[in-house]
Amino acid sequence: MMRTRTPTLAVWKFASCDGCQLTLLDCEDELLTLAGQVQIAHFLEASSAVEPGPYDVSLVEGSITTPSDVERIRRVRAASTVLVTIGACATSGGIRALRNFGDVREFASVVYASPPYIESLATSTPIAAHVPVDFELRGCPIDKHQLLEVISAFLAGRKPDIPDTSVCTECKRSGVTCVMVAQGTACLGPVTHAGCGALCPAVGRGCYGCFGPMTGANLPAMIGRLRDCGMSTGAIGKVFATFNVAAPGFRLPLVQK
Amino acid sequence: MTDHDREVRIGSLARVEGEGALQVIIKDGRVQQANLQIYEPPRFFEAFLRGRQHTEVADITSRICGICPVAYQTSAWLAVEDACGIDVGAGIQALRRLLYCGEWISSHALHIYLLHIPDFLGYPDAISLSRDHRDVVERGLRLKKSGNAILEMVGGRAIHPVNPRVGGFHRAPTNSELAVLAEQLRHALDDALATVEFVANLDFPEANVAVELLAVHHPDHYAIESGRIRSAGGLDFSSADFPAHVVEHQVPHSTALHATFDGGRYLTGPLARYSINSSQLSPLAREAAAAAGLGPTCRNPFRSIVVRAVEVVYAIDEALRLIAAYVRPDMAAVSTPPRAGIGHGVSEAPRGLLYHRYQLDADGLILAAAIVPPTSQNQAAIEDDLLAAVSANLGLDDAALAHLCERTIRNYDPCISCATHFLDLTVHRQ
Repeated sequence: MMRTRTPTLAVWKFASCDGCQLTLLDCEDELLTLAGQVQIAHFLEASSAVEPGPYDVSLVEGSITTPSDVERIRRVRAASTVLVTIGACATSGGIRALRNFGDVREFASVVYASPPYIESLATSTPIAAHVPVDFELRGCPIDKHQLLEVISAFLAGRKPDIPDTSVCTECKRSGVTCVMVAQGTACLGPVTHAGCGALCPAVGRGCYGCFGPMTGANLPAMIGRLRDCGMSTGAIGKVFATFNVAAPGFRLPLVQK
Repeated sequence: MTDHDREVRIGSLARVEGEGALQVIIKDGRVQQANLQIYEPPRFFEAFLRGRQHTEVADITSRICGICPVAYQTSAWLAVEDACGIDVGAGIQALRRLLYCGEWISSHALHIYLLHIPDFLGYPDAISLSRDHRDVVERGLRLKKSGNAILEMVGGRAIHPVNPRVGGFHRAPTNSELAVLAEQLRHALDDALATVEFVANLDFPEANVAVELLAVHHPDHYAIESGRIRSAGGLDFSSADFPAHVVEHQVPHSTALHATFDGGRYLTGPLARYSINSSQLSPLAREAAAAAGLGPTCRNPFRSIVVRAVEVVYAIDEALRLIAAYVRPDMAAVSTPPRAGIGHGVSEAPRGLLYHRYQLDADGLILAAAIVPPTSQNQAAIEDDLLAAVSANLGLDDAALAHLCERTIRNYDPCISCATHFLDLTVHRQ
């Protein structure tokens, strides 16, 4: 089919740190080339020019935490042909999903003197809990090479080549010595979704799970190994209770606790 | 609605980090209110930090801001190490300063080229600017990349670095790794000097911020990653005394708390840092500042772009100095056994002073946390500046007035994501 117009790309922000949309601007070598291939039609952090929808591809950062955002994400979905969530917040609720296991009113009272001014839901939920999502890109933050692959794939009308394997596979491929086997360092690599390039083991640190759970992660076996590395039940609960705390694949330690 | 009574509204501010709106109310030809409405959703970091281990804090606070994670990590380490009574030593501190230089270069290059220059040259964004001036935007992207190269080499990742930790680093880089970085930075220094020359020739409206200025000050060098706190008025105090001088309070129109310094409005950030510490810049950065027409102080927010460009020169110059003097530490980190106590930490995030305080129990669990980001400290001063800008330009139509307000806000490089604990412009002409 002949392409008759330049495809449009939109970037949307919900509750987040801006790090994942910054990843697009961090593509210093590719940004201007990309801008030649697509029309960046809505990207408030980078441009005051806003084109009306519909948009061919929407990248959505952040989680849903306010009543007005519940409505806004539906409008974004309606205006988008393809909707891709970028990062741990949009994909699992992010670190602020810790509120899902606490009392948000009490949280508000700790931070704000007049909590009634604050409009906030009791939960922080992923985009997929509200609208259909076409692809979820993992990471806290996402990896820029994976982002470019996802954008290129959807513009070409093909499936993104993002392997759903563990960080261990990347670690082995890059020739890093296993920190758990060699040093007894607790590492979430065996259960964590690949994509970062095994950054933590490369500096001698155990993976802390910022890309969230891989599909079919064997959590009971992982927990056994973490105990062997000297971690207490409390510490194991905490290590899973970070940026992907509400991801179903990382929920078991909380239940056991 | 007469011309004397009007309301100007900017629904969603663009080219700022995070989300906010602005509402200006004009009644009887006088500006009554200029409210920065921060509707970035509240994230409650200080609440859910309670009960976390002291060694986890920096990885969590990093997630407050993807633009300046090193600032959030640094102020956290400083506060936790202060509570535990730990001194990391000169070698680790120098490596932290090098890492922080990377964040200044990357964040400043982002603001100068992608967020701020389009305002001066009349473009909606850097992409459309690149169609007419590709060389300018490419220079900005190269500069930004050089800052990220430091963050990746020393920090392990540009956004939310993984290598730093309380007590130091997981792994100290080798001299040969830093030698490669130094080569890239020598080229970046040429781009940084060209940037100062370029922004110095932009057209600057007259403006003057009259409020107090506050910045971190270090006796030995231009303060970045540590130091005491100094005001333009001459006060000098330690981070532990920050709560005695700075009080945060909530306003109904914002999810970011406002702060006052000794009861008054004040400003942190590039103008404050430069005005308080400019004599400590490196000779090369001082020379570039003088050639760009900057005196020893600068209170024109439009010229903050020149100050940021000078700070990029300094950060690259300083990074090169740190690399030349680098001796790989024997231990990448010192041990950080916890103890009960309260610790304070301040550092200079690219957009201003960032304060953290933690109370730890004997096991190192966080009992209480307080984080005061630069943008919440600057909110009141920005509103002051908006009030002055609108009052002086009431003759403009709503679209032109809204544009002026947006420019006024972007001068401060507000980071709304950080402050929420920011922009949409509404001007009411009633």
